[in-house]
Amino acid sequence: MKLSLVTGITIAALALGISGASANTLRMADSSDIAALDPHSMTESNTIGFLNHIYEGVVRYNDQLKVEPALAESWEFIEPTRLRFKIRKGVKFHNGNDLTAQDVVASLQRASHESSPVKSNLPGLKSVEKVDQFTVDLVLKGPDPIVLNYLTNILILDKEWMTEHDALLPADIRGGTENFAVANANGTGPFILESRQPDARTVLVVNKNWWDTPKHNLTRIEFNPIASDATRIAALLSGELDFITPAPLQDIERINRAEGVSVIEGPSLRTIMLGMNFQDTLHNSNLTDKNPLQDLRVRKALQLAIDMELIRNKIMRKRSRNAALLVAPQVPGYKASLDIRPTASPEAAKALLKSAGYPSGFEVGLDCSNDRYVNDEEICQAITAMWARIGVKAQLTAQTKSKHFQKVLGGQSDIYMFGWATLPMLDTYSVMSAILHTPVDRMGAWNPGKYSNPEIDQLTAKVAVELDSVKRTEMMTEALTIARDEVALIPLHQQPLAWAIRDGVTLAVTPDNKPRLWYATVD
Amino acid sequence: MLAFTLQRLIQSVMVMLAVALIAFSMFRYVGDPVNGMLPENASSDERQELRTQLGLDAPVATQFIHFVGSAVKGEYGISYRNKRPVSDLITERLPATLELVFAAALFSLLMGVPMGIYTALHRKGFASNSMQIISLIGISVPTFVTGILLILIFSVWLNWLPSFGRGDVVFLGWWSTGFLTVSGLKSVVLPAVMLGLFQVTLIMRLVRAEMLETLRSDYVRFARARGLSNRAVHFGHAFRNTLMPVITIIGLQLGGMIAFAIITETVFQWPGMGLLFIQAVSFGDIPVMSAYLVLVSLVFVAINMIVDLLYFVIDPRLSIRAGRA
Repeated sequence: MKLSLVTGITIAALALGISGASANTLRMADSSDIAALDPHSMTESNTIGFLNHIYEGVVRYNDQLKVEPALAESWEFIEPTRLRFKIRKGVKFHNGNDLTAQDVVASLQRASHESSPVKSNLPGLKSVEKVDQFTVDLVLKGPDPIVLNYLTNILILDKEWMTEHDALLPADIRGGTENFAVANANGTGPFILESRQPDARTVLVVNKNWWDTPKHNLTRIEFNPIASDATRIAALLSGELDFITPAPLQDIERINRAEGVSVIEGPSLRTIMLGMNFQDTLHNSNLTDKNPLQDLRVRKALQLAIDMELIRNKIMRKRSRNAALLVAPQVPGYKASLDIRPTASPEAAKALLKSAGYPSGFEVGLDCSNDRYVNDEEICQAITAMWARIGVKAQLTAQTKSKHFQKVLGGQSDIYMFGWATLPMLDTYSVMSAILHTPVDRMGAWNPGKYSNPEIDQLTAKVAVELDSVKRTEMMTEALTIARDEVALIPLHQQPLAWAIRDGVTLAVTPDNKPRLWYATVD
Repeated sequence: MLAFTLQRLIQSVMVMLAVALIAFSMFRYVGDPVNGMLPENASSDERQELRTQLGLDAPVATQFIHFVGSAVKGEYGISYRNKRPVSDLITERLPATLELVFAAALFSLLMGVPMGIYTALHRKGFASNSMQIISLIGISVPTFVTGILLILIFSVWLNWLPSFGRGDVVFLGWWSTGFLTVSGLKSVVLPAVMLGLFQVTLIMRLVRAEMLETLRSDYVRFARARGLSNRAVHFGHAFRNTLMPVITIIGLQLGGMIAFAIITETVFQWPGMGLLFIQAVSFGDIPVMSAYLVLVSLVFVAINMIVDLLYFVIDPRLSIRAGRA
């Protein structure tokens, strides 16, 4: 077995009996471990969020989720398809190497390489060119108004380090070899990787040479994955941890009652919705010759029958935010005046069903995950009961996420639950291109029910290249309005986001569910 | 003897092949790992391409033959989720599981054997009855409930022991041990108790039953007739004879404990193989799942074979029969 440098340092530290605990250590736990240290090897958002403490992008989201300069000082569009970045001078990687244009070029080429698992997170990039030592040009396939949003998620590595360790391409399991960057890290970020034992503990120490002025006062972060909810909470209550994420909904009140700890909550970007099959026949139904879901009145009836207030009060413990649009309020394109859910009414729903020719309802399949979203299975059970009142007999299948999404994306489902946070682009275009657009080529990857509306397709094409942000937002709002009026999907709610901290820790919940510990302080 | 060993070896290989085959035919029901590996906005073509490259759309038989072929060479592939060689992942976690099982076995022996002897010698009495009742509770409460209760009492209320993890570890070559640091020793207590509790009951009852049986035998009666002290009769004669079945059972239980460590490891976030396996299941990480299942079946097969061979050495009747056949 290979012993990495990091492990070697750990051994040395342990052998000398150095105690890691110091005044400003933040001990945290997440429900799953970070998958790998290579930021271009996967797209798990908790992993990318954690790696963002070690690695940085040319731009980043601040705590208000606005794009701000990071490794690039400034940028400008020289042409609509040429974006020029001025790279910040004097930035050093953790191994002491200077950050230059070469590193940015190599990293962007690495992330967008043919074999890269994250290449679809940088779809508009044609090529990257080094102009001089501190200037980089991104050549785009077409005008791309949200390329900066994408770039917040693409982290920058040191070219020399990658070359030295044969890691110029991202970890790719298809090759059957291990990539050095999977178990080692060398970034520019506010924290330096000290040691990592997978599934046990990952330790970061503060980077004293960070280019930015720290807003945090941490000297050390100890990250522990704890899969069991009960254990994670117990460890917070017993004082072994300072910060846990997530805090399970059913335990929020118990944590708040306990002394010395509290739950911090915030709205989440993730909108939970029901997608529908628009094909000619259903998969699980007594009707074999037609699909009632193609009828707008039926879709309206299904929506009207769902009492989201009841679900919010009883299942979500009043912590969710009911939604009538497909995006959360933070996402450009959202408009508050449109986001009004019609009051639930089984009577009106029944009347609509009757006028559509289904007075005694019909059978339909409903697919849900049971381990992906907050209380996903409970919500679906409630919906099944509510639909039963109008005569729609839903056959509920609730299963683990890998099975659920296999079925849904395979187009085998009639009505299916899923959530969409619009990340990493944080833009309504994400919903339009992935969920609403007719499935063709890259578009409509999450539209297995094959909803199709030429108007939305046209708007999507226009929004993709519109650089005027006012016009662009208007078009996105228009698309959301069409989707709402047509009931292309049934939006349910934005699920709540809850973390828990011990007293003395200050940290704000960010809607994208990525803790940004460079804003955290401990006493 | 050689024929017997060979026969057992061939049987073991067959068992492992069967386990691998069953595992493989089940993998298609754990879901599609590709969705977890690509970004949400990946196109369906990209998903299909990855599936083909990983050989996931090949028939089960082809996948199985490919797997056995590489497994024989010691190649288990790269984990879909962790992107690291599966053999590395398993060697990293093996020490954690084995140390946990060792601690749990030690705990169950140190508790179970004395309790078994005591309850056999003093069949009536308050202490004896309480031990019996407590052991019943130990065997009937689900282990994860015991684990949570232990955490609640010893971590949250008393603050004596850590509720998760393995503490600081020291590396001896590739083997990481928690037995050489204070935090490591403190960390192993609760998981070992949780994992060993069931075995305590089992061993206690087994020792008790065997002791009672032996104490009734003629040769103990003769020992008494020789005027030996109680102590000599109980420990020199009776207890020694009860040890043989106890050791056999514990040997067989070790394999079970390695497999059952999954629950304990999940409750205490013990970074062992069971935890790795659970995560692999939820991700659909086929290389990790298959390697784990093969390894666990190897452990079972190996222990069984050792026990068989031990019998062979101990019981001459077996070799006579084998010789005839």
